[in-house]
Amino acid sequence: MSEPVTEADLQAYADGNLPEERRSAVAAWLAAHPDDAERIETYRRIAEELRTSYDGVLHEPVPERLQRAVQRPRTRAFALVAGAVLLGVALGGLGGWQLRGIQGTPSTPGDGAGALARRAAVAHATYSPEVRHPVEVGADQEAHLVSWLSKRLGTQLRAPKLEAVGYSLVGGRLLPGENGPVAHFMYQCNRGTRVTLYVRSDMGSNRSTAFRYAREANVGVFYWVDTKIGYAVSSADISKEDLLNVANAAYQQLNPP
Amino acid sequence: MTEAQRLVDLIPRLRRYARALVGDRATADDLVQDTLERAWAKLHLYRRGTDLRAWLFTVMHNVHVNRVRAARLTDALDDEMPELAQRAAQGDALLVRDLDRGIARLPAEQRAVLLLVTLEEMSYDEVARTLGIPIGTVMSRLSRAREKLRAMMLGQGAPAKLKVVK
Repeated sequence: MSEPVTEADLQAYADGNLPEERRSAVAAWLAAHPDDAERIETYRRIAEELRTSYDGVLHEPVPERLQRAVQRPRTRAFALVAGAVLLGVALGGLGGWQLRGIQGTPSTPGDGAGALARRAAVAHATYSPEVRHPVEVGADQEAHLVSWLSKRLGTQLRAPKLEAVGYSLVGGRLLPGENGPVAHFMYQCNRGTRVTLYVRSDMGSNRSTAFRYAREANVGVFYWVDTKIGYAVSSADISKEDLLNVANAAYQQLNPP
Repeated sequence: MTEAQRLVDLIPRLRRYARALVGDRATADDLVQDTLERAWAKLHLYRRGTDLRAWLFTVMHNVHVNRVRAARLTDALDDEMPELAQRAAQGDALLVRDLDRGIARLPAEQRAVLLLVTLEEMSYDEVARTLGIPIGTVMSRLSRAREKLRAMMLGQGAPAKLKVVK
């Protein structure tokens, strides 16, 4: 007596994945169950049509931009990896602040994204209540501010324009981060509510993440990582939805599609 | 053969899968490019001697999930949450006219399983490892994906009407 035929057997039969010794038993079963036989035949045809539809892509010339993606020198990536290992060790000591990497690659020792959110929240809480000295360089010298911070972080920065969502630039400052300098931009709406953008260029792990949200005490933070650059948009005074709106406007400009 | 060369050799397969996964060519190639860049940067995490193709498809899966997630967050602002912007126009009212549309209407996780099994001809075990899900989940998603497609085909006449997608 052979084992009863399962749905998994039928799927495997449609895929030609069934072990030889099982095939005849399933074929015999299908012969006695015409409805299922017809269903499985349809599955098989769908698979065939799918391959017919898309196999043509295999023969299309590969665009140059795709070939170039694997031709860049990798030495820099290795240097960043070494940095990520050090960062992971440093963060390990903090405990609890590392979020599990979205990518789920266990051999990467923490991406520091949780620490990014926390540090951004602390910076927001520190500087946003400042009345007299909220920033080092004001928005009246925006070009100078951006080029100065870009130079210090070693990457071309931009201060996103957030007027469309009701915020204008107050200015910015340089902050000490975990491994190096951090750029901090402050924005304010006409009611005086402040939002800050925290930018660090030493994420190290060379990965990108989607948006995430964190809450540190009363500060809400939307943050994301674009290869080595980590961004965090923080505020203590507006709703999560309103903050998302601002963060999204910044994201659109900083990570154009 | 260098790993770079092996990656290049796998590009056509990534493109085929991506095209079926997201629909239009430009978006699919963007996905492939993101995947290659990430794979290239993270090649040290690939264990030599293991299946490079499976690893690469895992990378692509992760990149895709992140892109969809980012798109959702963006769309949430408009109180809309289509799975991907370029597919948003295909509402339920639209008749399924060809297999491509049928695939597009599958839930993303079912679509991924069906495409890996069908286009990449992966074993169920390989699919489970690639997507990081239990094999039982692979089987149930595959089964549901097929049944949905079949129902869509039946809903619009004989399966013979399946059309080759350009």
